Amino acid sequence: MSATGHAMDGQTHDRQDQHGQQDHRHDEDEAHGSRKGYWIGFALSVVLTAIPFWLVMTMTLTKQATAFIIMGFAAVQMLVHIVFFLHMNRRAEGGWSIMALLFTVVIIGIALSGSLWVMYHMNTNMMPTQAMSDMG
Amino acid sequence: MSATAQQLDPDLFHLAEEPHHAEGSSTMLGFWMYLMSDCLIFAMLFATYAVLGTSYAGGPGPKDLFELPLVALNTAMLLLSSITYGFAMLSMTEDKRGATQAWLAITALFGLAFLCIEMYEFTHLIHEGAGPQRSAFLSSFFVLVGTHGLHVTFGLIWLVVLMVQVQVKGLITANKRRLMCLSLFWHFLDLIWIGVFTFVYLMGMLR
Repeated sequence: MSATGHAMDGQTHDRQDQHGQQDHRHDEDEAHGSRKGYWIGFALSVVLTAIPFWLVMTMTLTKQATAFIIMGFAAVQMLVHIVFFLHMNRRAEGGWSIMALLFTVVIIGIALSGSLWVMYHMNTNMMPTQAMSDMG
Repeated sequence: MSATAQQLDPDLFHLAEEPHHAEGSSTMLGFWMYLMSDCLIFAMLFATYAVLGTSYAGGPGPKDLFELPLVALNTAMLLLSSITYGFAMLSMTEDKRGATQAWLAITALFGLAFLCIEMYEFTHLIHEGAGPQRSAFLSSFFVLVGTHGLHVTFGLIWLVVLMVQVQVKGLITANKRRLMCLSLFWHFLDLIWIGVFTFVYLMGMLR
């Protein structure tokens, strides 16, 4: 192997060491969370779960307002779980975890909104059965 | 190594010899990728339910079938199992085998309670004549909630297997890694359940 090759190897090792240190620190601090973090996540989840159930069981608000609120609470609670229980952050696994997560969220958004949009229009534009048999 | 590879930026090429990675160093990222693909499976099932969930075929709708107190109890079981698994992970980092095993056992009990309540709900629905073949709404409901329940079942089996492993081999690095994977899986299932109780049960009651 030439001199360039050796230089390259040295560089790789440096980078690897750096990476190793990062991983270590990450393991200590973030990968398992802290007792406080789990309690905060749990308390937030209890509140974010109890309020939607209470709203639907008592029907205090109008249906539309209730629907918006419980969907908002679900979105917030999912974020709480991702941060406090799944310990997601921008640094986990060198940023690849959050990239995969964002990509998944985009795909889910396309799949859900696309399915609803297409099927809604198909249902409204579909010829009624009566009209179809009249034509036949 | 070829001459061209040396002339160009070394970063652009794969190395002649792969740098050594510690065993299992990429497991967590790989498992996260699996979870994301699993998430897509659930997204498709949610989309199916969103499209078919109002097709009752003259049969019973959510208001006739769902019992919110039961769903609230189920939600509590899963949320409690999430935090007890968290405590198991904390005990694991402190290398306390007994405490880890105890918290894992409590997690398993909450998971089992969740499954029992769900099984009760399903059998109750089927006995009422509201089985998966009754309407498109019930088909998509059973597939979505049933898939989640199956995940919990397999998570529970995995949990028991890991408890045996920890008992036999102790909190070795490999077992810690496995426990961390299951931790992600377990919390992920709780996250999916948020979607289920909000979009299926609570939104169903609003129709």
